[in-house]
Amino acid sequence: MPAVSKGDGMRGLAVFISDIRNCKSKEAEIKRINKELANIRSKFKGDKALDGYSKKKYVCKLLFIFLLGHDIDFGHMEAVNLLSSNRYTEKQIGYLFISVLVNSNSELIRLINNAIKNDLASRNPTFMGLALHCIANVGSREMAEAFAGEIPKILVAGDTMDSVKQSAALCLLRLYRTSPDLVPMGDWTSRVVHLLNDQHLGVVTAATSLITTLAQKNPEEFKTSVSLAVSRLSRIVTSASTDLQDYTYYFVPAPWLSVKLLRLLQCYPPPDPAVRGRLTECLETILNKAQEPPKSKKVQHSNAKNAVLFEAISLIIHHDSEPNLLVRACNQLGQFLQHRETNLRYLALESMCTLASSEFSHEAVKTHIETVINALKTERDVSVRQRAVDLLYAMCDRSNAQQIVAEMLNYLETADYSIREEIVLKVAILAEKYAVDYTWYVDTILNLIRIAGDYVSEEVWYRVIQIVINRDDVQGYAAKTVFEALQAPACHENLVKVGGYILGEFGNLIAGDPRSSPLIQFNLLHSKFHLCSVPTRALLLSTYIKFVNLFPEIKTTIQDVLRSDSQLKNADVELQQRAVEYLRLSTIASTDILATVLEEMPPFPERESSILAKLKKKKGPGTVTDLEEIKKERSSDMNGSAEPALNATVVTTPSPTEDLLGLGPAPVTNSPPPPPTSDILLVDVFANPAAAVAPLAPGSDDNFASPDLASSEVVSEEPADTVHDADELFHKFVCKNNGVLFENQLLQIGLKSEFRQNLGRMFIFYGNKTSTQFLNFTPTVICSDDLQSSLNLQTKPVDPTVDGGAQVQQVVNIECVSDFMEAPILNIQFRYGGTFQNLSVKLPITLNKFFQPTEMSSQDFFQRWKQLSNPKQEVQNIFKAKHPMDAEITKAKIIGFGSALLEEVDPNPANFVGAGIIHTKTTQIGCLLRLEPNLQAQMYRLTLRTSKEAVSQRLCELLSEQF
Amino acid sequence: MIKAILIFNNHGKPRLSKFYQRYSEDTQQQIIRETFHLVSKRDENVCNFLEGGLLIGGSDNKLIYRHYATLYFVFCVDSSESELGILDLIQVFVETLDKCFENVCELDLIFHVDKVHNILAEMVMGGMVLETNMNEIVTQIDAQNKLEKSEALSSHDSLSAMSRSWSYPYLSNPDTTGSLNLKRTHLFPVGKNKAKDAALSTPPQL
Repeated sequence: MPAVSKGDGMRGLAVFISDIRNCKSKEAEIKRINKELANIRSKFKGDKALDGYSKKKYVCKLLFIFLLGHDIDFGHMEAVNLLSSNRYTEKQIGYLFISVLVNSNSELIRLINNAIKNDLASRNPTFMGLALHCIANVGSREMAEAFAGEIPKILVAGDTMDSVKQSAALCLLRLYRTSPDLVPMGDWTSRVVHLLNDQHLGVVTAATSLITTLAQKNPEEFKTSVSLAVSRLSRIVTSASTDLQDYTYYFVPAPWLSVKLLRLLQCYPPPDPAVRGRLTECLETILNKAQEPPKSKKVQHSNAKNAVLFEAISLIIHHDSEPNLLVRACNQLGQFLQHRETNLRYLALESMCTLASSEFSHEAVKTHIETVINALKTERDVSVRQRAVDLLYAMCDRSNAQQIVAEMLNYLETADYSIREEIVLKVAILAEKYAVDYTWYVDTILNLIRIAGDYVSEEVWYRVIQIVINRDDVQGYAAKTVFEALQAPACHENLVKVGGYILGEFGNLIAGDPRSSPLIQFNLLHSKFHLCSVPTRALLLSTYIKFVNLFPEIKTTIQDVLRSDSQLKNADVELQQRAVEYLRLSTIASTDILATVLEEMPPFPERESSILAKLKKKKGPGTVTDLEEIKKERSSDMNGSAEPALNATVVTTPSPTEDLLGLGPAPVTNSPPPPPTSDILLVDVFANPAAAVAPLAPGSDDNFASPDLASSEVVSEEPADTVHDADELFHKFVCKNNGVLFENQLLQIGLKSEFRQNLGRMFIFYGNKTSTQFLNFTPTVICSDDLQSSLNLQTKPVDPTVDGGAQVQQVVNIECVSDFMEAPILNIQFRYGGTFQNLSVKLPITLNKFFQPTEMSSQDFFQRWKQLSNPKQEVQNIFKAKHPMDAEITKAKIIGFGSALLEEVDPNPANFVGAGIIHTKTTQIGCLLRLEPNLQAQMYRLTLRTSKEAVSQRLCELLSEQF
Repeated sequence: MIKAILIFNNHGKPRLSKFYQRYSEDTQQQIIRETFHLVSKRDENVCNFLEGGLLIGGSDNKLIYRHYATLYFVFCVDSSESELGILDLIQVFVETLDKCFENVCELDLIFHVDKVHNILAEMVMGGMVLETNMNEIVTQIDAQNKLEKSEALSSHDSLSAMSRSWSYPYLSNPDTTGSLNLKRTHLFPVGKNKAKDAALSTPPQL
């Protein structure tokens, strides 16, 4: 028996719809609709009162017209009147009209609110349901004001029916989303948490959604939900598929609820050991079930099962704490990469992307590189190929960069137009980030321009010029390569720009070769001149005047060109002005003056790659982080550090020679000479090595000029006690990378970091716990003089205002140059209310973070142990246990410390031994450690042997604090 | 969170649109067109997920869709939803429609927009999943119908309206639909397939 009987339709409505569908043209349709609108209008306005049936019919007609894309500007009042009817049919259609058609700012809201209030008070569950739906659908601020206090009561009242509870939970969620300030936390919160134990799974599902959203902003209030969620999940996962009756979907017990519970758990860090054990069990069971044969061949069965599985995997990745589970997750995703279901391949690629950033599984992800490259080549679906590109980008590191970049370039030739620009940006970033050999970098970028010139944005070619200018070892090669590339009969305008700029600066480096003599270079460039747009021609004119300085022998040729009517009388003001000024300059200035004015460009100061900013902007339009990126980008534009000085001139400056020729104050004063180091990341090359105190506030020139020193002085005045307070927290981070570093009533500082060899990256999250804005929010990372020489830290600026309840993120790029003892200090200053806040905490960047574990056999271990027998190489510490002496926890700590835990090496099984290598930029230091617990005495003896006394000393100190 | 639920046919004619985030009427129509454009150009048998169009929020949002006979069912969701979960939710929605309308087809959605809205309201509320248990949903809809019937019987004018509707021209008497440009195509093929229940396993794609 169908639930909707087909005879119930309204004849008038059916006739109208059929009329519309029979219309042969758009005009006829509009005519018919206008006729109907006029009819309905007159009926509504007419003297005769309409009965409920007619009202319903007309409202349905209006809904249909609205769906076709026509504006409905009347009928609202009639719909509101229907709300106060006692008949379900009329009330229901009234609510439907309102939820589809009424704007949240409508003036009718007050009338609607009245009707809702009556229905909520009616104690009729059907009417209450309709009213709650309406609130959830409109969700305006006025509604939140009227009902935010009322709904929590309905939600937790003992006598509320299940279906109403479900609706109330989601209704409250909607109001919290639109107006969080109007939903007060209170007694009801703890009772909401207990809904997780409700009998009715529909209620639990709705409550889980609500708690997940609330917990993101109020983690403390809802932290008891973790253990309840875990036990609920555990009951579902272990239940026989028939236990949950109707909530079993194609043999999978309550898949939606499982997914929601797993999402809720993602709001919290891994729970404490007792609960954690149970959670791990659940996750293992879910992973195990994936290997079982399917209970049904239907796609719904595998979909539901895999929905839970993917959610479990993302929780594992999110917690990032159980290496065993991470490896299993990675293997599972590896299986899916080759699955015949496209959906699963898509999701596997997507999840692996996040997995690639986990320190435990980065290597495991890399083993799938061939499969992913294959996906890029063979997938039919552009959505899937795009995920493959994302994953390749995420799994790229120095070991596979050349292969990945080559594959991406290959793919670019046939890639869909919609994603070309993004791939170009990614290739450019990878080529730069992992370039060991800069000739490779230059080749890659020129290839990019050749293959996809139209998609190479300005940022990309600005960047290649910045890099060539800042690295003198690649300049000759770059000049030679662009010269060769320009020989092609048809080359992209972007190539002409790069070529023009580079030859103008470094053409002299290849002029000795008769095949690229000055005149040949000039003729080659000039042959492209007339095909180019105005900005490019302007750039080429600047190249010509630079040639006048570089190659006096072709001065007259160039002067002839400048003097020609097409230049001197060019219709474009910018070109004309350049031609006139350059011609005059070349005529009247002496050789010395020319040489000074037209000197080589000074190196560019640099903090963040502008390409990276651009990519971030492209990836997430409309998000908050994105806005920050745009701001950053703008601010970097403002102080001119991210673009070649040339650009500003080409487009705007009325007197082009000044800035273009490097005489403007900005580039000269801001640019220190590039450091002599060679093979570190470019980002580091551009960091200002003179100031280890990186200025963090965005943007203005003031921030770059001087206050670095000032701020470090402020800290040295009164850092002592605040810094010490945080010591205990600091030690917690020695064996782990993520967690909360600092918390007081105003501010919470969270950390997430990852280290590989001698490099690391730390994400600092500043959370404003108050509802008031922080102003002038300035975090600064400070290194002492000693530390400065051994640790390179580089930070990106953060927005100086932090809204109430908001969180901002800051990235610190870390390079360990040599071994070090102290920790850098993070100083934070901001204004809260009227008061100035200043606090400092130690940033847990410790020497052991640069550990790489080394596995070795017992024999090897003791052989090396003996080699390091010089008394200066060994440091030993005997100390009392501060924590219960649990072997498993100890093992986890040693692994967390970074060394490998070597099993069956020490003849005494109670002892722990470990081995690893500390990577610094200058050296690698092998380290062996041995920890001997004495249970009776509750003591430990820790012995460290490394090739360097200071390292042994420091590691011993750090590790002793852990047990 | 689910941002929008759209149903349109193979030609892009909207059959249901439900937005859980406020957009102006114009934008709503543009989103429907943009979404149709994105979804309809995709081959069959590719994956069911793609990044959302610019109007609805770009790559922060995903479109998760299924194609049944003449209709596309598209859910636009943010990153907090499970893709496969939503895919199954679409299936639950269509199976529920099939139960409520008995061999549901595009025409049912056209002539009973209000019913479709009611069924959807039992499943999704304010952009969040309210109920996934099909029996529970159908029970609620049944209860609503009973209420409607009892109200209709108690009122004379509605009764006469109902009796008029038995001569409903198109669905009860297919021969008169000659002028309609749309034939009655079931979302789930009826007859043998239906009996074997095979049609449910993969959305039929005509």
